[in-house]
Amino acid sequence: MAREVISTGNELASKAAVEAGARFFGGYPITPSSEVMHEASDLLPVVGGKFIQMEDEIAGISVALGASMTGVKSYTATSGPGISLKAEQIGLGFIAEIPLVIINVMRGGPSTGLPTRVSQADIGQAQYPTHGDYASITLCAGSLTECYTETVRGFNLAEKYMTPVFVLLDETIGHMHGKAVLPDLEEIEASIVNRARFDGPASEYKPYDVPMNKPAVLNPMFQGYTHHVTGLHHGHEGFPTEDAIQCEFNIERLVGKINVVAAENDGLDDLPDYEEYMLEDADVCIIAYGSIGLGAYEAVQKLRAEGIKAGMFRPIMLWPSPAKRIAEIGAKFKDKIFITELNMGQYTREIERIIKRNDFTTLLKANGRPIAPAEMVAKVKEMM
Amino acid sequence: MAFNYDKYLRVNKMPTLWCWGCGDGVILKATIRAIEKMGWDMNEVCVVSGIGCSGRFSSYINCNTIHTTHGRTVAYATGVKLANPHVNVIVVAGDGDGLAIGGNHTIHGCRRNINLNFILINNFIYGLTNSQISPTTPQGMWCVSAQNGNIDPTFDACKLAIGAGASFVARETMLDPKKLEKILVKGFEHKGFSFFDIMSNCHINLGRKNKMASAMENLQWIDSITTPLKKWEALSEAEQLNVFPTGVLRQVEQDEYCDLYDQVIAAAQGKRGKITQDDFAKKI
Repeated sequence: MAREVISTGNELASKAAVEAGARFFGGYPITPSSEVMHEASDLLPVVGGKFIQMEDEIAGISVALGASMTGVKSYTATSGPGISLKAEQIGLGFIAEIPLVIINVMRGGPSTGLPTRVSQADIGQAQYPTHGDYASITLCAGSLTECYTETVRGFNLAEKYMTPVFVLLDETIGHMHGKAVLPDLEEIEASIVNRARFDGPASEYKPYDVPMNKPAVLNPMFQGYTHHVTGLHHGHEGFPTEDAIQCEFNIERLVGKINVVAAENDGLDDLPDYEEYMLEDADVCIIAYGSIGLGAYEAVQKLRAEGIKAGMFRPIMLWPSPAKRIAEIGAKFKDKIFITELNMGQYTREIERIIKRNDFTTLLKANGRPIAPAEMVAKVKEMM
Repeated sequence: MAFNYDKYLRVNKMPTLWCWGCGDGVILKATIRAIEKMGWDMNEVCVVSGIGCSGRFSSYINCNTIHTTHGRTVAYATGVKLANPHVNVIVVAGDGDGLAIGGNHTIHGCRRNINLNFILINNFIYGLTNSQISPTTPQGMWCVSAQNGNIDPTFDACKLAIGAGASFVARETMLDPKKLEKILVKGFEHKGFSFFDIMSNCHINLGRKNKMASAMENLQWIDSITTPLKKWEALSEAEQLNVFPTGVLRQVEQDEYCDLYDQVIAAAQGKRGKITQDDFAKKI
């Protein structure tokens, strides 16, 4: 049976983590994400899991990666400045293929920026958080319920693709307090994905001996399959190499196991990568995500009450983006596309890249304030 | 019978990348001998290293091994240990790794007194990257990043570890592998954070630039700046300035972090009350 709870987005993210099988949290306090950590310190020991508040942001992710390297599902939570500090360790997660869920509750930046105010300006950071080549998986919650469901999904994707996964909340949705309807716990438990493991003789275990576009097979430590983890380029056995052919293969595989697989299968799993609201018969398409999507529902209703057939497209998986559907929307709605986001156009750039046009109307804001439905309505009216 | 190192080494990774005459190999062998003395099952040993010459330590030893980023070894190892308290974790870092870029994690590992064995290979220099000053490079030495001579004061790693609360702190050099092995065993046996300041040579990137171009000259210098704790205590204050005491400098019984966390679990599961100040002898 579905469960009705009264909670906040941040608390629901931690509840989801524990119910998705996480047994380790490492982190460092930062506004507006700290409640994810508070909840972790409460929930994890109840199920025998481990929680630790570390001495800085870097240690917060390092300790979680260390736990995950041994096979324990782990997560951390932070905000933009914390991601900046964690960047190098995220890179180790990418190259060594360590599953980890990183919850980023976005605030205004750059630098210390607007610690207590909302933004969606870490979209670009989530795509390329660290140096080098890799592909990022980034989910963006657009409701309290999604703070729960997308966090569960984040763990499953991390284990399936052996990689760090970003779950983006923004300050509004993280601190929003209200009713959420959560899936039945048995349904969640049945959906859980665990990392693949090698069951052959230990002497034949080569964790990175996998074909192009497939993730590494990292067995849990201390169960008879000893192996080496390194941030250096490595060969099939996991030991450092500078062999040009191997290094080229490594990078193509790291990018391909996410981007090529997503393009070939139209996504990385069977769950929705976007939501469409009253879009079928619409004349104008509002594109919004995260908490701004909540305002866009209301804008669509108000516009329709005034006789303008509006609809909304709301991406949930931001990276890799739902490119096929975005291209279809570009073809269908032509210049009647209205993009609104809390940054200077970070996702607008992605939509331009896919549609290969820039004749959209945008409403961009980066002053720490949300975008009201009335502002969207006014802008759309100008377009029509 | 000769000691069988092959059982503990990844022999197909030999020879090591370390320079001829480097002390890292001596420390690796002493560590292996200490592991054997402890009777540890290699399946339940994890070696975590950082970046630098010492970073390669983990790739040569045949167990669960993690070669992390620069300076973050203790943080990664804390995750390994807290998630798997029954396993034995050895951390290996250089003086730049453990005292400069990773100094904060060293401090807090000591403070938590989590049961890690932290081997600081202290060769007084950034060796791998061609001789930049490290926190332990003596003042007045010449390095490529101190073209006119080093003015930065020298760090005493053990004083840091003691001040931060490590419950086992020892210093030894690689000059006497038997002594080194014994002190490692003492620390491995100790429950809590065991900190080893192991002084080693880098005649290539410290020595050649500071009138000790051979391994022997570099080792003689290490010998001249160290003396056993008892003898050191008998020295005058002025003499003590120029000599590091060796041996076990601190060993105390202290709450270990994973044990304390078990109490957190017990409290969360209603098997005991919340943790309060009454649980601790020290109140502030």
